[in-house]
Amino acid sequence: MILSVRDLKVSFRTNDGLVRAIDGVSFDLEESEILGVVGESGSGKTVSLLAVMGLITDPNAIIEGSIRYKDRELVGLPARELRRLRGNEIAMIFQDPMTALTPVYTIGWQIAEQIRAHRNISKAKAMERVEELLAEVNFPNPHEAMSRYPHQLSGGMRQRAVIAMALSCNPALLVADEPTTALDVTVQAGILDLVRKLRATHKSAVVFITHDMGVVSELADRVMVMYAGRVVERGTRTELFSDPRHPYTRALLGSIPPLTGEKPRRLPAIPGSPPSLLRLPQGCAFGPRCPVQYEPCVADKPDLRGGTHAAACYRVAQA
Amino acid sequence: MFYAILRRFGQMLFVMFGISVIVFLIFFATPGADPAARIAGRNASPEVLEAVRHSFGFDQPLYVQYVRMMEKIFVTGDLTSFVNRGWKVVPAVMDSIPVTLSLVFGAAILWVVVSIIIGIVAAATRDSWLDKLLMALGLLGISMPVYWLGEVMNLITQSRYHDSWAFSWVPPLGYKNFSDDPKGWFLTLVIPWITLAILYIGIYGRVLRAAIIESLQEDYIRTARAKGLSETRILLRHALRTSLIAFVTLFGLDFGALVGGSALLTEVVFGLHGIGKLTYDALQNLDLPMIMATVMYASMFVVIANAVVDFVYILLDPRLRTS
Repeated sequence: MILSVRDLKVSFRTNDGLVRAIDGVSFDLEESEILGVVGESGSGKTVSLLAVMGLITDPNAIIEGSIRYKDRELVGLPARELRRLRGNEIAMIFQDPMTALTPVYTIGWQIAEQIRAHRNISKAKAMERVEELLAEVNFPNPHEAMSRYPHQLSGGMRQRAVIAMALSCNPALLVADEPTTALDVTVQAGILDLVRKLRATHKSAVVFITHDMGVVSELADRVMVMYAGRVVERGTRTELFSDPRHPYTRALLGSIPPLTGEKPRRLPAIPGSPPSLLRLPQGCAFGPRCPVQYEPCVADKPDLRGGTHAAACYRVAQA
Repeated sequence: MFYAILRRFGQMLFVMFGISVIVFLIFFATPGADPAARIAGRNASPEVLEAVRHSFGFDQPLYVQYVRMMEKIFVTGDLTSFVNRGWKVVPAVMDSIPVTLSLVFGAAILWVVVSIIIGIVAAATRDSWLDKLLMALGLLGISMPVYWLGEVMNLITQSRYHDSWAFSWVPPLGYKNFSDDPKGWFLTLVIPWITLAILYIGIYGRVLRAAIIESLQEDYIRTARAKGLSETRILLRHALRTSLIAFVTLFGLDFGALVGGSALLTEVVFGLHGIGKLTYDALQNLDLPMIMATVMYASMFVVIANAVVDFVYILLDPRLRTS
């Protein structure tokens, strides 16, 4: 077990009161496993992983629960200790490669900076390593690419540079926050191939955050679906895609246009919009948009129930 | 890169040419006014008027007049003032340049160094008491008029506390040449430097703090944190560098204007005969050749300062290098 998150709660103090962005999220991650985290914007998928990284810098944030990385508790770990893990054992790839790199330094410099922050090696040695890394993420001309500035590279190339940077210290855990969302579909496929290849070569465990069910179905070993700060369903990829249990998961899968068969006249969409975290319903947060809502859903929040394939829905428990 | 610099240099020359034409036209081709009468000064005799008319070529077409004027300023340097009979204008300007440059350069070094420190410290400790204190002091510095501050400085260092241990080193007002007396040069300028710099320290410190705090919100700062860098390194290497652009822009404008004569109040208060003082006196006497020369000089410095700013941009931000 490389990462074990238990009952993670993240809240923010705001002028309108306490907002709970993450409400009791638990999950485990085995070595070299890919976990897909799915949900729409505001479902808390990014915030929960930022909490794992210790990257929530907002002084109004309150983080509760337990995040254990290789038997070390990360919640409440001093900033210095956390910094030693970050970028070294736990690395992160961000959503928008256009803005994720500092515009005024070459990508070689930026990758070497990370290596030298964690390894006691000379600049020349670090640069050699940078060249290897860039070759590994399929830069056609790694030596030349090192001296390029971010604005001189295309989006896909920048994302490769960001990935090379994340891999520079051989992280045991890689957190990818929608790394393909801002890219063209063809470039996306290349990045996904890369992530898969790197899992094989570096043996890193990967948490892959996305709102794209297609990406998850290609990549993930296990999937976790989030809604309004809670996990609503989790299971292996096959379990989740062949037998979706939570109405939200089903609705998400239903809104993917089919490639074969008759084309639907209108693509089914989930009615309504996600609830404001300030005014969550007392019962199930998905309740107001749920086609199968009934009395118990209004009264109280359902807990996640089941073994490896679990869903937080009273209807599932009933069946 | 070389081509960009060359092109910028060409633009600079073009702008300066434009300025010289406009300034010339304002002073010498205003309809209904006789430039000869203005150059000759009040109550000039008809003989003097005739001499002026001939020496500036006012009996010839405008472009000849323009060329003559520029020749007098830049080539022969024998433009003479008629208000102060026989006073050569160009050497007078050349004599006051080192005074103004000494004042403004020294003050600029002071305000750049101090305001960068203040901006960084305030941004790093934002919303703490230290940040609030520094910003309040900055506002105080901006609010104090420079002539008032200068007089207060003089009152303290020249008269009231001049005999105390703290200010007995302050020499009397006036300027000493660097080549004659480097120590005297430095000592006479310390108080003027501080006086002139205080205003800009306030402005620049606040501007830099705001720029740093803005760039700390950027995505690449989050990347830098995810890399496991220390907060100090993130601030100095990643946030500061991108924040300096606004700072440099402001600096180019202020520095050019100051060297071009805006340091007048400081110069007057401390008895420094610089460009500002020269222009001010020329305006009082309506000394047209002198005004012409100082305006040309001032515009030249504004243009040069702006070109230097553009070069610094290129150094700071690689995105500007290719275009």
